[in-house]
Amino acid sequence: MARSLAIKDEHAEQRIFRARALIVSLVAIALMGVLVLRMVQLQVWKHDFYQTRSDNNRIQIQPMAPPRGLIYDRNGVLLADNRPVFSLEIVRERVGDSAEDLDRFIEEIRAVVPVSDNEVAEFEKRLKRRRRPFEPVALKGSLTEEEIAVLAVDRYRFPGMEINAQLARHYPFGELFAHSVGSVRRINEEDLRKLDPVVYSGTRYMGKRGVEQYYETSLHGEVGYQHVETDAHGRIRQVLDILPPVSGQNISLSLDSRLQIAASGALGDRRGAIVALDVRSGGILAMVSHPGYDPNLFVGGISPADYRHLITSRDTPLFNRAVNGQYAPGSTFKPIMGLAGIVHGQTNWERQVEDHGWFRLPEQERIYRDWSWKKDNSGGQGVVDLHRAIYRSSNVYFYDLASKLTIQQIDDFAAQFGIGQVTSVDVASASPGLLPDPVWKRRMKGEAWYPGDNVNMGIGQGDLLVTPLQLATAANVIANRGRWVRPSLLLASDGQLVELVENEPSPPIPDVSGPTPDDWERIVDAMEAVVHRNKGYQQDGTAWAYIGRDIGYRMAGKSGTAQVVEIRQGEEYGEEELDEYNRNHAWFIAFAPADDPSIAVCVLVENGGGGSSVAGPVAREVIDAYLLPQLAAR
Amino acid sequence: MSDFIRHMPQRGSLRAREQLVRIHLDPFLLAMLLVVMVYGLVVLYSALDRNAGVFNAQVVRLALALVVLLIAAQVQPRTYLRWAPVAYVVGLGLLVAVLIFGVTVNGSKRWIDIPGLMRFQPSELMKIAVPMMVAWYLHERVLPPSFRDLLVSLAIIALPVALIVIQPDLGTGILILAAGLAVILLGGIRWRLIAYAGIAIAVAAPGLWYTLQDYQRQRIVTSFDPESDPLGAGWNIIQSTTAIGSGGLFGKGLFQGTQSHLDFLPEAQTDFVFAVIGEELGFVGVVALLVLYLVILMRGLWVASKAPNTFGRLLAGALTLVFFVYVFVNIAMVAGLLPVVGVPLPLVSYGGTSAITLLAGFGIIMSIRTHRTW
Repeated sequence: MARSLAIKDEHAEQRIFRARALIVSLVAIALMGVLVLRMVQLQVWKHDFYQTRSDNNRIQIQPMAPPRGLIYDRNGVLLADNRPVFSLEIVRERVGDSAEDLDRFIEEIRAVVPVSDNEVAEFEKRLKRRRRPFEPVALKGSLTEEEIAVLAVDRYRFPGMEINAQLARHYPFGELFAHSVGSVRRINEEDLRKLDPVVYSGTRYMGKRGVEQYYETSLHGEVGYQHVETDAHGRIRQVLDILPPVSGQNISLSLDSRLQIAASGALGDRRGAIVALDVRSGGILAMVSHPGYDPNLFVGGISPADYRHLITSRDTPLFNRAVNGQYAPGSTFKPIMGLAGIVHGQTNWERQVEDHGWFRLPEQERIYRDWSWKKDNSGGQGVVDLHRAIYRSSNVYFYDLASKLTIQQIDDFAAQFGIGQVTSVDVASASPGLLPDPVWKRRMKGEAWYPGDNVNMGIGQGDLLVTPLQLATAANVIANRGRWVRPSLLLASDGQLVELVENEPSPPIPDVSGPTPDDWERIVDAMEAVVHRNKGYQQDGTAWAYIGRDIGYRMAGKSGTAQVVEIRQGEEYGEEELDEYNRNHAWFIAFAPADDPSIAVCVLVENGGGGSSVAGPVAREVIDAYLLPQLAAR
Repeated sequence: MSDFIRHMPQRGSLRAREQLVRIHLDPFLLAMLLVVMVYGLVVLYSALDRNAGVFNAQVVRLALALVVLLIAAQVQPRTYLRWAPVAYVVGLGLLVAVLIFGVTVNGSKRWIDIPGLMRFQPSELMKIAVPMMVAWYLHERVLPPSFRDLLVSLAIIALPVALIVIQPDLGTGILILAAGLAVILLGGIRWRLIAYAGIAIAVAAPGLWYTLQDYQRQRIVTSFDPESDPLGAGWNIIQSTTAIGSGGLFGKGLFQGTQSHLDFLPEAQTDFVFAVIGEELGFVGVVALLVLYLVILMRGLWVASKAPNTFGRLLAGALTLVFFVYVFVNIAMVAGLLPVVGVPLPLVSYGGTSAITLLAGFGIIMSIRTHRTW
C-alpha cells in the first residue's frame, strides 16, 4: 500500500484517462456512424423494399366465394340451395406452445361436443400445412344448432376456439335427385390442376355429378375480392376495398319433383332406373337411379366409413344407372326392328310367319328360342304378322326378319333412334351404349360377323347395349312419329330461356326417314295392343294382364326381358335357380296418350325378371302420376 | 435601467442553474436526459396504443427514477468510495440467494420476491456495484494497472457475471461485463494486453459456442440469417427491420405505424421500441435520438475527465460507457446487426427497473461533478 501511494502520479493518471476518454469518444462516434449507416441502408436505400414488405404484412387479398346458383325444378321447387354451416376452428397459436397443451384443449372440447378420432386426425393433417400465424384451422364441420349453443355457453373456457360460418350446398330432397341433379364435392388435388386458380380461389367445392357438374361454370359465378388490413393475428381490422362476387346463375330444370317422387316410389327398393321425357320438348321430367345415396354426405366431407360403405356395396349406389347403365334392350328393340324390315322391304304389315317357339338358320344346328319355348319344342305364338309379333313379342318373327336384313341396314336404322350415341343436350357423362357392327366385332373380339349375330340383334340381345336414357329417347322418337327432339334437363336460367355458356347449340338431329305416317300409326297401334289388347289366352297383349285391365287412357308400350347370362341350349330359364344378380333385367318403354303423347317413359328393373309383369306396372304408375291429374283437370 | 432589463433574464437563468448545481445536479446533463425521456414517452404513448393507464404508470416510474437520481446526486463521492466493497459483497450475496430462493419467470431465475413488499433483480444493483468496485480497487493502485491488478479486477468482474449468466440472463451479464471492462479500459490498460485478449477471445470463440444454451445459439444464427426461420426465431428481426425500413426519411407519422399497431412487431413497447421510432418518425427521428444519446455520452465523459481523483474518473466514465453500451446493443439488435439480447433502449423502453438503475448512475455522475470535497 505504502509503495503504490509513493509512486502514484495524479497528473499522469489524469492524462491517461483523458487520452482514453478521447479514444472512447471517437470509437463511440464511429459506432454511432455504423448505426446511422445502417439506418440509411434500411430507410433510404431499401425503403421501397421494406415499404412493400410492410404492406404485404398487413394487406391481404381475400377471395370471396360467389354464392352458387340455385337449382329449381320446373314448378319452382328448390332442388339445391345454399345454407350457412358452422364449423369449429382452432387458432393454434392461442392454445399454448406444447403438443400437450393442444391435446388437452381438444380433449376439453370433446367433453362438450362430440369430435370423432377421424376429425382429430384430419385436423392434425391440416395443421401441418403451411399457413399464416394465427390462421384458424377447422376441427369439426357442420355443427348442429345445439352444438353451437353449447359451445357459445362455454366459449370463455376455450380462448383459441372460433366458430365460423360458410355457405354450403344443401340438397333438400336428399337421395331423390342424387343422380339427376348430382352434387358438389370437395375440390381435390387433381381438380386443382385443371381448374382456373383465379376463378376458384375462394371456392372449396365444385359440381362433380349431374346438373351440378354440367352447369358448373354458370352455377359457380364469379369470384370477388376484398383487400383487408389484418393484424399479426390474422384478425381483420378494416376492409380497404371490395370487389363483390357475382353469384352463380339460378337455373330451372325440366324435372318435376312430384313425378320424381312418384317414380322413385314406384321403383321402391328395387335396383333400376326410370327416365321420363316430355314428348314434345324432350325435357327430362324424371330421372331416377336406384339405389341412390345422400349427396349431402359429400358436401361436409364424407367420412371414410360412409364412403367405404358406398363404394363396396354390391348394389353400387354411386352408379348412375339411368345414364351410365348399359344393358341389352331385349324385346323393347322389336318396334325399331319391325320398322327397319318394312323400310327395307323385307317385310310388310300383311306378311305372316309361323312361330312354333324356335328358329334355326339354314344348315345350322343352333336353335334360337322364343320366350315361350318348352323343352319338348312346343310353345310359340302360332301364325304372326308384325302387329301380333309386337303385342305377343314373338321372337321367331324377329329372328327371321333380322336374318333377312344386313347388319348395316339394322345399324343404320337403329342409329336414327339414337342407339349407340349420346343425343342428350346436357346430361353429364352420359354413356353412348353400343351398336355393334362387323368392324367393331373384328376389333374387339377378333371374330368375323356371323349371321347368328343378326339373329340375336333381332330381339335386342347379342352385343347391343343401351342406357335407360337412350331407350326413353327412342320411345320418345316413336311417340313423336319419327320427329326428333333432344332430351335435355335445362328449362330456364334465372327465369328466362337463355343459353348458358355450357350449351353450345347442338346440331338438330334429322327426323327418322323411311317409315310412312301409316307405318308410324300401325307400329303405335301394335304397341297399344301390348297394353290394351284383351282377347283371351295367347291373344292378349303381353302387358294387358298387368297394367291394361283398369287403365283410363290409351298407352302404347313394349316390354323387354334382357338376359344377363346365356341359357344353355336345351335348357329352360328358371328364375329361382339363378343367383339374384344373374336374373333377367326387366324393361318397359311406354308413352301416352297414344294418339297425342305427352309423356314417354323407360323403366329398367335390374334382375327384376319379366318386363311386362315387373317393369310394366312401374311405367304405368309413373304415367298415371303424370297424366291422371291432367286428365282430371280437363 | 436598460442595462438592468437586458441582464435580468441572464441573471435569472444563471440563478436557476446555480440553484440546480447547489442541489448537486448537472443542469446540462439533466436537460438532455429529460429531453430523451419526453421524446421516449411520446413514442411510448404510440407504442402502447394510447393506453393511458399503462402510460401513466410509466410516467410515475420515470418520476420515481428522477427522485432516485436526485438522492444519488446528494451522496458524497467519498461515501460511494467507502461503501463500494460493501455494496459489491451484498450484491454477490443476493446473486447467490437468487439462485437458491429466486422466483422463476420465463425459465430464468432473476428475481427475489420479498412477500408483500417488492420484487427486485439483484443483477440491477450490480450494474452500478461492479464498476464501482473495480474503480475502488484501482483507485489506490498505480495506473496504468499492473498485470496482477488486472487479474484481480477481472476476478471482481467475472464472479457476478458468471452468477448472472447462469440464471440465465445473457443480456445483463454482457452489460455488467462491459461496465467492468470499461473501468479497466479507462484506467489505462496497455493496448498490447487488449490485443492479446482480442486474439485469445478469437481463438476461444468456437469453444464458447458450445457453452451457449440452445436458444442463445439459435438467436445468433437467426440474427445473421433471419429468413432461415421467418415465422420462428427470425420473426422479430424481420419485423423490426421491416418497420424501420418502411418508415423511410420522415416516417409514417406518430400513431400511424402499421407494423407496431397491427402487432407484427413484437415487444414494441419494450426491447423493440426503437423500431417504432424508425417506423413512425423515420430517419429524421432516429438520427435525432442518436444525437441526443451521443451528447449525453460526451457530457458524461467530460464530467469524468474533470473529476479530481481516480475513483471519480473511472466510476463516472464507466457508468457513462454502460449507458452507451445499452444504446448501441439495443439499436444494433433491433436493426439486425447483433443477435437478440434482452437489453432495453435506455430511458425509452417501457419498464422501471432499467430506468431507475440508469438514472441512479447519472445521479452518481452528477454527484462526482458537483461535489468539490472528497
